[in-house]
Amino acid sequence: MELTQLTIDAIREGLAARKFSAEELVRAHQGEIERKDKDVRAYLSLSPERALEQARKVDRQIAAGEKLGPLAGVPVAIKDVLLTKGLATTCASKILKGYVPPYDATTVARLESAGACVLGKTNCDEFAMGSSTENSGFFTTHNPHALDRVPGGSSGGSAAAVAANMAVASLGSDTGGSIRQPAALCGVVGMMGTYGRVSRYGLVAFASSLDHVGPFGRSVRDVAQVLQIMAGRDPLDSTSADVPVPDYVAALGGENDLKGVRVGVPKEYFAGLNPEIGANIEKGIDLLVKQGARRVDISLPHTDYAIACYYIICTAEASSNLARYDGVRYGYRAPEYSDLHDMYRKTRDGGFGAEVKRRIMLGTYVLSSGYYDAYYLKAQKVRTLITRDYLEAFEDVDVIVTPTSPIPAFKLGERVDNPLEMYLADIYTVTASLAGIPGISVPCGRTKGDPAKNEPPLPVGMQILASHFDETRLLQVAHAFEKAGRFEAA
Amino acid sequence: MSTGTPASAEVLSKYEAVIGLEVHVQLLTKTKIFCSCSTRFGDPPNSNTCPVCLGLPGALPVLNREAVTMAMKAALALDCAVNPRSRFARKNYFYPDLPKGYQISQYDEPLAEFGRIEIEVDGARKRIGVTRVHLEEDAGKMLHEGFADSDSRSYVDLNRSGVPLIEIVSEPDLRSPEEAYDYLTRLKTLMLYLEVSDCNMEEGSLRVDANVSVRPAGASMFGTKTEVKNLNSFRFLQKALAYEIERQVEVLEGGGTISQETRLWDSREQKTHGMRSKEFAHDYRYFPEPDLRPLAISEEWKEEVRRSLPELPQARRERFVREYALPEHDATQLTATRELANYFEEVAKATGEPKLAANWILSELTFLLNEANRDISQSPVSAPNLAGLLVLIQKGSISGKMGKEILAAMFASAKTANEVMAEKGLEQINDTERIIAVVREIMAANPKQVEQYRGGKTATLGWFVGQVMKATRGQANPPLVQEILKKELS
Repeated sequence: MELTQLTIDAIREGLAARKFSAEELVRAHQGEIERKDKDVRAYLSLSPERALEQARKVDRQIAAGEKLGPLAGVPVAIKDVLLTKGLATTCASKILKGYVPPYDATTVARLESAGACVLGKTNCDEFAMGSSTENSGFFTTHNPHALDRVPGGSSGGSAAAVAANMAVASLGSDTGGSIRQPAALCGVVGMMGTYGRVSRYGLVAFASSLDHVGPFGRSVRDVAQVLQIMAGRDPLDSTSADVPVPDYVAALGGENDLKGVRVGVPKEYFAGLNPEIGANIEKGIDLLVKQGARRVDISLPHTDYAIACYYIICTAEASSNLARYDGVRYGYRAPEYSDLHDMYRKTRDGGFGAEVKRRIMLGTYVLSSGYYDAYYLKAQKVRTLITRDYLEAFEDVDVIVTPTSPIPAFKLGERVDNPLEMYLADIYTVTASLAGIPGISVPCGRTKGDPAKNEPPLPVGMQILASHFDETRLLQVAHAFEKAGRFEAA
Repeated sequence: MSTGTPASAEVLSKYEAVIGLEVHVQLLTKTKIFCSCSTRFGDPPNSNTCPVCLGLPGALPVLNREAVTMAMKAALALDCAVNPRSRFARKNYFYPDLPKGYQISQYDEPLAEFGRIEIEVDGARKRIGVTRVHLEEDAGKMLHEGFADSDSRSYVDLNRSGVPLIEIVSEPDLRSPEEAYDYLTRLKTLMLYLEVSDCNMEEGSLRVDANVSVRPAGASMFGTKTEVKNLNSFRFLQKALAYEIERQVEVLEGGGTISQETRLWDSREQKTHGMRSKEFAHDYRYFPEPDLRPLAISEEWKEEVRRSLPELPQARRERFVREYALPEHDATQLTATRELANYFEEVAKATGEPKLAANWILSELTFLLNEANRDISQSPVSAPNLAGLLVLIQKGSISGKMGKEILAAMFASAKTANEVMAEKGLEQINDTERIIAVVREIMAANPKQVEQYRGGKTATLGWFVGQVMKATRGQANPPLVQEILKKELS
């Protein structure tokens, strides 16, 4: 049995049947990391003791015949923007190099109390700002499907770890697409719930009104099981929602019939994208229709303004959220300085990378007196319009289907010098973030590739969106699509 | 800054001062506004801290309901309209005592607006508008002195970081330092009554900044204002305002213009100094705090708080005048704090002698309290004990002079009047024989006065009583002395 390719269900059954121990499972994944991660570089740091200790605890519970947590023994990876008590958490930034937090993020704590084993912390774009993981302050992660390509971002390490079987599931954060886009580029499932569905406590803030914590997995069912553990009100996060959490896993059912499900296809999302991706998504929609869904062509008219709106709001919030990295209390402090202001300047100049600085400057600018109304306030109004587009659309449809990314995994270094082009990689994902609705990216075939150009077939992701707190519907449709075969051979 | 000779009273009278006060009041909640750390003053530095008030990565604020209730009490007592929806905002600036790099405050949607305080000007009532009352968190404290390496380093104590404050902003309705003093006094009294703050200026729980401008008397346009800070006592407030008004008049009279700036009161030099522009030229880049939901205040909550309000100083003052027939002046003094007013009412009711109670409390007891640097709540003489003493005086059992002596002993020992009298052998002389002996002695020593009395000048009786009381160190029963004197003299 290949221990690094199991689903969460298979792990549960295998442990119960004593086909393997949790420790063996963790060690198998550690072995896989040992073999592959020198090439993929998904992990920033490993926590072998923490993972093994948890695995042994699970094994003791099994031996004692105790009831196991829903994620007992499941080896997981955690994006390095989520705090892990006693384990360095750096946000892939030099400014937090070696920073060891005194508490766990709520999501991490919930996963571990459900029995999950934390293998380590994964690489990402610095402070989750980027779409390729190339903005990491330490090193770049490679796409396991094509090592000369990016895994997407910002949660590239978490996506790559799952894609390369170096973890069964992982946690990422999604502010404008940072889970969904790398999931698409790495050929795995990645999901963000409704804003407020999952606690942000212990997630290092990038843009508070847009930040989400969400899972990656190799199947919709795995993702649903991880989300199940994390979802629900957290008294430590005032913006977490006090809305009951349904049983997502039970609602998935088996071979799902999509009869009567109305699938919205917004025309704005099919212009100007890589034609192969467009073709794949169209085929995906056909597959849904074959399962009984009804295609409804719709329009989300304010889509064109989304990128501008998103980059104003997220940079504004980031400029404030990142003010605390000032060298006073923790993290990096410039070794030499003449006075307080010089210390601030040199610390932040030396500690932050170029993209982070760019966004802090943009955000500072749009909040400045005299510009606030023209930028931030206007962006808030546009955000309302984008949300209204969705609310109106969901009066007529149950889910909306779009490509996750306009392009497949691009080559490392290809876009680093053009931030605007990099920002456009988020074009299909930012609207759901702005509207606060849940979204998932599921694998939807591959590109054909071009052997002549040494271009391998690359994963394509289909984004499915649903209305606020309708994660159940989202997961049902994604699950049915997956069960129907994802048309891997497309 | 001053130009030439000081402005004469005549010159000053050509101008009118316009003053508005911004008062910060620390609320008496047990825990901080956004976390559950203690607000206790004087604990070891940084002992009352947690990830939230330290501004650690990933921490999120959760609003303390008690802080809102207290702020609402203050707002309602100031006759403000409490907004059903208000919002927190971030005020962004860098300083080592501000761990997040922003202060969570309220900006364009404050808790409450449109209130007022009535002050007295030349015996007439004057209404001073209260623009707004809003909630915010306090910053920490810089420690620049007291360490071995204080010449090269500063330390930060974050115990105060996150302590709840309300900011009460007045309209520019004040026209003199005296009015500002009266306004602040009444504001303080009100806060003490509500028990929402201890208003201890030394510990920083009451802080005042003033906006000051002058204009030609009778003008309706405002002059350019300066903001005067560092007014950490009532006396400084008055002095600093007087200085600043005079300074501005001098500048204008000398043909200069006032520059809009922040000025610090220097109590040693008795002057205000302009701060270097670099120190205050902030663009705070306010924007709505995305980590907190808008603050919704239901009608029920508001009414519940309104019902919990105690009788407020003004109403109580008026009632004291009406119900106890006290002079306005006494009533004002007795209602300065809720404890004092309660104390008075208890004594007044127990003795049935409100004026006597007022006199003794405002003179003798206040004197003793001031000597001992205590306030009424720490008085060793309880209200029932003072009432006991006053009843003895009222009945004529002891003289007023003896009463003072006994009160001092009661104050020193916390005993009752009777206990003190027994201990000191200060019991009254009711022994007729002893008094007759004293009377005869005095008559023998003062034949001339006896002659006068017998010649019809009966008014000298009072002189004889005084002599007897003196001879008995005030211990003789005065009515008995009178009775015996009349008999012996006739």
